[in-house]
Amino acid sequence: MPPAARFVLRFVAVPGVAAGKAMAAIAMVALAMAAPAMAAEAAPYAPPLPERLSDTGLYIAGTVSAGAGEPAPGVLAYTPQYPLWSDGAAKQRWLYLPPGTAIDASNPDAWQFPVGTKLWKEFGHGRAIETRYIERLADGTWRFASYVWRESGDDADLAAAEGVPHLPVAGAPGGRYGIPSRDDCLACHEGGATPVIGVSALQLSPDRDPNVPHAEAPRPGDVDLAVLNESGLLAGLPGALLDTPPKIAAVSATERSALGYLHANCGHCHNAAGPLGLLDLVLAQRVDAAASRAEVLASIVERPSDFETAGAATRVTPGNPQASVLALRMHTRNPLAQMPPLGTSIADVEGAALIEQWIREDLITGEEYLHELQAQQR
Amino acid sequence: MNYKHSNVKGPMVAAVILLLVVASLSSTARADESTANTETLERGRYLVTVAGCNDCHTPLTNGPNGPEPDMSRMLSGHPASLVMPQAPALPDGPWTVVVAGTSTAWSGPWGVSFTANLTPDPETGLGKWSFKNFKDTIRTGRHLGRGRPILPPMPIPMYKHFTDADLEAIFTYLKSIPAIENEVPDPIAPAPAL
Repeated sequence: MPPAARFVLRFVAVPGVAAGKAMAAIAMVALAMAAPAMAAEAAPYAPPLPERLSDTGLYIAGTVSAGAGEPAPGVLAYTPQYPLWSDGAAKQRWLYLPPGTAIDASNPDAWQFPVGTKLWKEFGHGRAIETRYIERLADGTWRFASYVWRESGDDADLAAAEGVPHLPVAGAPGGRYGIPSRDDCLACHEGGATPVIGVSALQLSPDRDPNVPHAEAPRPGDVDLAVLNESGLLAGLPGALLDTPPKIAAVSATERSALGYLHANCGHCHNAAGPLGLLDLVLAQRVDAAASRAEVLASIVERPSDFETAGAATRVTPGNPQASVLALRMHTRNPLAQMPPLGTSIADVEGAALIEQWIREDLITGEEYLHELQAQQR
Repeated sequence: MNYKHSNVKGPMVAAVILLLVVASLSSTARADESTANTETLERGRYLVTVAGCNDCHTPLTNGPNGPEPDMSRMLSGHPASLVMPQAPALPDGPWTVVVAGTSTAWSGPWGVSFTANLTPDPETGLGKWSFKNFKDTIRTGRHLGRGRPILPPMPIPMYKHFTDADLEAIFTYLKSIPAIENEVPDPIAPAPAL
């Protein structure tokens, strides 16, 4: 308890002092000061993470075999339009919201998920390898875990907090697969305005980008923005986003996909809201598409890079990918220079080619750029 | 003061007391905060001193008594003016590390690392860093908690066990020292180079 609060408590406890409204107010001041200290001392209770994936609520009990199971009632599958590159792993994703709850979608760039929210993301190379798990606890905090599938496929077991850097996996690049540590989870999931990256207005927009590298077609039964809203699972979603679903503003199809690729692969760290805001490098999209595009371009085009590599010292040089640090760092897997810095052991050739094409052909600067911006604002 | 006989004045007197108490709380809180800040900063100074931060982040210079930390460049990392030639190749055997005379550039199996500028210079040091940036870096061993790995000889495996309070003290102290503009080179990977 703060010393000042102790002082007030002694004061109000003096015998013989009449208890008027003013004294009650003093007592309330004292209690208000004492309360945070008492709250801080009480450790929030959270049951330990289940040891097996089958106990996390993803599947109907007894249905798991051959690396798959029947999703439990209330578990919703979804497929973001801009996927994250993870060394070519195949993925499936699920979301669960407790009965009677909804996502607060009033801020379309930072949805707030209710306590009890659970998300799962399965990674596979020919078979299910791991399923990552995120859960929002009663005190509002999030916890992250990974479950490693047994070769038998009859369940997946909780991985240690430090992960498994080099799990032997036939079919993965180099025959090895990295299970992330809990710190690795936080690196991406605590890097922005919300820890849930793939469930957002833009990622679940029904107006899907048809030219995305490694795009996954939505599966039957997948939920999107419209379905979530119709199901009453979105609260406060601005109606304009239903009339005109979110879509990245771009001068070409290539640019739309390039900006979407950067959003999904880089934007969870490189955004204005998170701890890397100090870099003034914004690759995340917001639903205010035109402003968002301008923000991204302003942070990269002809901007000096803090990291110089292979003779390049500019984040993006229009017309010249070889003089663009952003493109060079996507290509390299030098561990001190690669981007993203974790989660991949081989470069995404297709994704890098898209970014290079965009830099080479679509980016314009100077008068032409200003003219185009003005045209967009009209 | 006798409150029993203050039928009308009672609430007013109580209100005045409330104001006095609030004012007293406010000034007490400020004094507490100031004392806490001083204690935090001094704790940070102590930790930085004894945890050996200066050993690598303050360049050594040759003085009359041999190598000694150049405190005019305290904690500013590898001097940008000292451009290092390629590190000599070592023969096979147990000698694996080469160190610059400044103790600020280290070549080993991990490549070449240059010690960081820990002063609060906004462009070349920790000036723009938040405490979260600092804590994430030490806890994860990754630059800013999410970028490239922090390389040897930075003792991340030990320092990651600092308590939050100790890390906050260290960061508070580092933010208080003189800012020195010194752009430290990026580390060099062993191979394959870009």
